[in-house]
Amino acid sequence: MPAKRKSSSRNSAPELLFGDLWEFDPAPESAAPNLKDTYSLFIGGKEVAPRSRNYFESVNPATEKALTRIPAAGKADIGAAFTAAESGYQNYWSKLSGKERGKYLYRIARLLQDRSREFAVAESLDGGKPIKESRDFDLPMAAAHFFYYAGWADKLEYALPGASTTPYGVVGQIIPWNFPLLMLAWKIAPALAAGNCVVIKPAETTSITALKFAEILQEAELPPGVVNIVSGAGATGQLIVDHPAAKKIAFTGSTAVGKAIMRSTAGTGKGLTLELGGKAANIVFDDAPIDQAVEGVVNGIFFNQGHVCCAGSRLLVQESIAKAFVQKLKARIATLRVGDPLDKNTDIGAINSKGQLDKITELVASGVSEGAELFQSKCSLPKQGYFFRPSLFQGVTQSHRIAREEIFGPVLSILTFRTVGEAIEKANNTAYGLSAGVWTDKGSKILKMSTALKAGVVWANTYNKFDPTSPFGGYKESGFGREGGKQGVADYLKINA
Amino acid sequence: MPMITSNNSPLKRLLNDVGPVDQVAIEERVAKFATRSIKKASKLQGLNLAVSMVDLTTLEGSDTPGKVASLCQKAQHPDPELTTPQVAAVCVYPFMVKHARACLGDSNVRIASVATGFPAGQVPLRTRIQEVKQAVKDGADEIDMVIQRGLFLAGNIQAVQDEISAVVEACGDARLKVILEVSELESYDKIRAASFLAMQVIRPGDFIKTSTGKTSGNATLANNQVMLEAIRDFYLSTGTSISMKPAGGIKNSKQALQYLVAVKETLGDAWLIPERYRFGASSLLNDLLMQLRKQQEGVYQAPWKFSDASSGY
Repeated sequence: MPAKRKSSSRNSAPELLFGDLWEFDPAPESAAPNLKDTYSLFIGGKEVAPRSRNYFESVNPATEKALTRIPAAGKADIGAAFTAAESGYQNYWSKLSGKERGKYLYRIARLLQDRSREFAVAESLDGGKPIKESRDFDLPMAAAHFFYYAGWADKLEYALPGASTTPYGVVGQIIPWNFPLLMLAWKIAPALAAGNCVVIKPAETTSITALKFAEILQEAELPPGVVNIVSGAGATGQLIVDHPAAKKIAFTGSTAVGKAIMRSTAGTGKGLTLELGGKAANIVFDDAPIDQAVEGVVNGIFFNQGHVCCAGSRLLVQESIAKAFVQKLKARIATLRVGDPLDKNTDIGAINSKGQLDKITELVASGVSEGAELFQSKCSLPKQGYFFRPSLFQGVTQSHRIAREEIFGPVLSILTFRTVGEAIEKANNTAYGLSAGVWTDKGSKILKMSTALKAGVVWANTYNKFDPTSPFGGYKESGFGREGGKQGVADYLKINA
Repeated sequence: MPMITSNNSPLKRLLNDVGPVDQVAIEERVAKFATRSIKKASKLQGLNLAVSMVDLTTLEGSDTPGKVASLCQKAQHPDPELTTPQVAAVCVYPFMVKHARACLGDSNVRIASVATGFPAGQVPLRTRIQEVKQAVKDGADEIDMVIQRGLFLAGNIQAVQDEISAVVEACGDARLKVILEVSELESYDKIRAASFLAMQVIRPGDFIKTSTGKTSGNATLANNQVMLEAIRDFYLSTGTSISMKPAGGIKNSKQALQYLVAVKETLGDAWLIPERYRFGASSLLNDLLMQLRKQQEGVYQAPWKFSDASSGY
């Protein structure tokens, strides 16, 4: 019976089974996030109710239930925040030596470490990221930034050797929702070390850890007005950008908003640094360590649900290994655990908001309708909450929307290349230039690529690695200015004429 | 036209064929296995699974028939207070196989014997083959052989494979476990290459094994992972399922569960059985039992509550 034999041989093609023979029990992180029912603005060292009297709800994206009420700062509140910041600068911060400023930063760093479990749970509840990431990445890295910049506070003359510098005075800072507390640390730590006072606004979907951070500032007895935390949506951000007392604006977020901020600040003499979107290429050559490259590509795009400006959202894989590589990638994706962000075994948590889920869904639909081939993990998703399956697209071309636009979700677009030159051309053929990854066993290829790629960060045989000492920032529409390292503190200093 | 003579070392060709392993990245990968949180029923299941995969081992110059008898008893009934599965096998020197067979009779617990001039393998091939045949004749179900690391590092791939083939033949029906002795292979690249080299000549269901436990380096999550990935790649390209045995250095339950997580997430459910995965260990079993008692009774028992425990106070 040849027909039968044929079908049985087709059935016996070797496949791995990632089933439920040994299923993990739920392992929820149990630390209490200590949330208040209603939060206040933090202005002049005090928690104050918003003069606007407006509040909005912060929603847990994994359950779609409201967590707490967040104040929406209006014009009067922003005015009060800048007044407090100016007074903080004149009366306290500018009078302290670098060494004394450093002491406050060390204190903040240690307090953050003390309460890291509590903050990690709050971060995962509010933003949807898996607890293992907030616990092992966001919190330790946030504390590390404060420790690092504490060290810079009394060494500013080495930031721009030979130049005489002064702080801006009061700076306005606006941060995104993907790494709420970490982005706050990236902004506040270098600003304070350089001697500035701060008015900072967290993103409206993830204000909780920023407002909880006000508790740490009070515990650290930071002088009043040095840091002011005001919550609200885009309109509040606009008030910060437009306030005349803001001598510099530092923004991390979308390229569209970044362009609007550039227009608003043009001609005002305000300093400006922008860290915007990205569409990074992760480039895998045929001599790469394959399994580690697969792991790196997975980490590059699925870390924090893909809500990462430097996410490796385009995989460029050399044609000769493309088929085998994608096969391994699919097998690896099958073992990713999607679900409750507070479960310690969750690899991929909830999409940050309904709006973002809609945006991802729309872009994925465009990929399908433009002819790319969609593959999604078959994992089960929770019934409630904003979740999206880890996805990848094969057969993507440079002109597909999913190869050009930032999706900011767990969606990978796969392209192939034959030569090094083609890889460079494709990788650089984007409006963005924040980061890139190179996977090869050959050191000389890494050096060539790192020079040729127009990206602020190029990772070699790794991805999504951060360190406070290493500057991070973009080319082209990914923005300008650097955060981290000596360059990060220099961007908060003016060179005296 | 002259032959291209560069790059013709068989070891170099093999390394090139199987591809490189990045040290930093694979160590980072396995660190993630260790962050899996295994609780409640899944912990119980994992601990029992680990018990069923133990090759309960004694490989000392001071081994006696009495000690082996005690080991065999424990292998069949790991703990009188618990309903655990039996362990997979006892692992002894060839000289002890007869005694083990006398104790185990036709029990399901298998008898594994290290042979082939264990642990160094620096014995003439004829003697090694003789040793294997004798162990099988005395009642061994499984043979743990060592490869000649010197031959491998010298690039003499063919000789290593020929020797393994000869041992396979001497084994007859007995299963073979090929010990690569990873601590002497210098790099993850070479561990991967040696895994393929062995897999190409052994039979479905035979094992590759990390270590003898007699050198400074033992099984680690990282070298275990290199070998699991080699087994996976070999299976996907040939359809042949090779089994895996990390040995040495796995002393407690927490480690064992981490290794099982690695198997679950690399090779999947089909390898989560004692026929496909083993732990070569001596002190691991008592720690597993201690944890199982803790799960059952809610409190930890003192080490002297467990038989053959080497630690008292």
